[in-house]
Amino acid sequence: MKFFFFHLMPYSAVDLDAITDNTWIVFPNKHYDPKEGHKLYNRYLDELEYADQLGFDGVCVNEHHQTAYGMMPQPSVLAGALSRRTENAKICVLGRALPLTSNPLTIAEEYAMIDNITGGRLIAGFVRGIGCEYHAMMVNPGESLSRFHEAHDLIIEAWTKEGPFPFDGKHYRLQYVNTWPRPYQEPHPPVWIPSQGSAETMLWASHPDRKYTYLLTFSPTESVTKHLNTYSQQCEKYGYQCTPSQLGWAFPCYVAETDEIAKKEAGQHIENFFNKFLISPMQYKLPPGYSSLNSYKIVVESKFKARGSYLSIGSLIENGMFMCGSPQTVASQLEEYQSKMGFGNLVTMLQFGTLPHDLTKKNLELFSKEVMPKLRHLGNETGVAVAAE
Amino acid sequence: MAGPTPQKINVNGCEVEVLRQGSGAPLLFLHGAGGLRGWAPFLEKLSTKFDVIAPSHPGFGRSDTPEWLDHLSDLVFFYCDFLEQLGLTNIHLIGHSMGGWLSAELAVMGTNRFQTLTVVSAAGLRVVGVPMGDIFMWSAEEKARKMVFDKAEGERRANEKLSQEEADIALKNTFTSSKLCWSPRFHNPELEKRLHRIKIPTMIMWGQHDPVFPAPEYPNAWHTAIKGSELRLFSNCAHSPQSEKLDDFIAGIYSITEGSER
Repeated sequence: MKFFFFHLMPYSAVDLDAITDNTWIVFPNKHYDPKEGHKLYNRYLDELEYADQLGFDGVCVNEHHQTAYGMMPQPSVLAGALSRRTENAKICVLGRALPLTSNPLTIAEEYAMIDNITGGRLIAGFVRGIGCEYHAMMVNPGESLSRFHEAHDLIIEAWTKEGPFPFDGKHYRLQYVNTWPRPYQEPHPPVWIPSQGSAETMLWASHPDRKYTYLLTFSPTESVTKHLNTYSQQCEKYGYQCTPSQLGWAFPCYVAETDEIAKKEAGQHIENFFNKFLISPMQYKLPPGYSSLNSYKIVVESKFKARGSYLSIGSLIENGMFMCGSPQTVASQLEEYQSKMGFGNLVTMLQFGTLPHDLTKKNLELFSKEVMPKLRHLGNETGVAVAAE
Repeated sequence: MAGPTPQKINVNGCEVEVLRQGSGAPLLFLHGAGGLRGWAPFLEKLSTKFDVIAPSHPGFGRSDTPEWLDHLSDLVFFYCDFLEQLGLTNIHLIGHSMGGWLSAELAVMGTNRFQTLTVVSAAGLRVVGVPMGDIFMWSAEEKARKMVFDKAEGERRANEKLSQEEADIALKNTFTSSKLCWSPRFHNPELEKRLHRIKIPTMIMWGQHDPVFPAPEYPNAWHTAIKGSELRLFSNCAHSPQSEKLDDFIAGIYSITEGSER
């Protein structure tokens, strides 16, 4: 098993009372105080660097724009900062939102630079970006999927094909693709695809030409199980067996001395995460064209109409959106899930919402010292994920 | 309102639904981002004097959504072919909202086929310093309430229960208009400098309380760019003068079309 610490870098100094129904796109930036931001950036980088010292296999950052939810509109800046202050941990950018740039070669360049500086410690995440980004960046959501695929092809070609060569896509047309530097890892850095279970993404990421690591993010365990199993089955349909290293699960997690203490210490902070930092109206999250007409209707029915009410720590623990408890509780739950889902990558969000530095540190320490050793032996590279039914 | 039986017209493999009724000079109505929404009273009224032709654009209503539809300009060229195929000339062209933009793009390409132009609450121009309302950031209910001046009518529309087919069409219309108008948002930065080419009689009609393209700045921009155009602003009217101010709208059309015959 490989363990990763995923930081979302929330602007936790925000006035929570100012958040009524939205923290995205148009939540005024007067609520951002650069002096607080300065402190937070440095605190959060300290936490990521500490995870490297504690023996995590990787540290993760990601990209969101115009929101108090996360302070990482340009995650490669942070990856750059981390590349010189970490020694062993992989640096995972989960990911850059490919369709949002007008020239994806900038991403090929950024990633290749990080990979060179770190001597091959980069994990390259590729995402479309959530719906809100399409409002914030004015990129047409109807082009999101085709831009994603084309930008991906361009980046991989830029990394693997001898340049200079021309690229003639629908969205990107370039006369001279000739990326300097070339990536350190051969043929290119490992690619991870964070997703919330879209069937099209699964089909694409699991394709034998790619075999990318599929990372299921922030979903109830029931759907995580379903999606990761579907992914394994899809690999079988393609005629190969999915290894645990090809599957990952990302989730918020809090560990303390006992279940009771864990709930008490994490409660308000995880509730802030789900009920303050994450909220925005449906039309912000789901701009027209971001998904197909049919997927749109399914998502509206399943995610938005089903939800709606306040998410309490009790309900979050119950449906597995949040792992919380003593090291024993969390380890045995994760062991059980591993046997069902077959993942070889655990991507833990050990800071969330307003969780302060001291509790984040304690969480990192307990998780690395008391949970990781219990699970290390699971999901080894040679085995297969879970036998598909 | 029942209206004419919908016809299917196939242009280069793309089938669109067209409502057509009446006799007289041809009058082409190009609908906005929300779609055609049936045979409205203003179309009925116009059909007593004109040969009214009201298509659902490719990607809207029950018309096909062709692979080639990426930009508003694709609709412009579609209608060039459409008018050529139907052999229509001396057309009175009316466009509402996104359809107003479309009709202006058609007219700047050449006005040979057109007798008059009427743009109503039109997209297409951006007035710097005067932000547009952003329909993509509004919920369906918010949109229904804002788009009409009459509060009671807005409330009725916000609570209207759509059939599954109507809901599917509304979603399809939103998807297509987003695809065509997302960025630059509901305008073409190149249009304004081309509007001087329109030299046929032109009417501009607008609600004073338009929530998307605010008056007087947006209608004034059209009025200034098209020399000799006539501007009619309606009080107590939001985005759809053709339904909110039916009589004034019809009077405006009669006024611009009268005596314009070539």
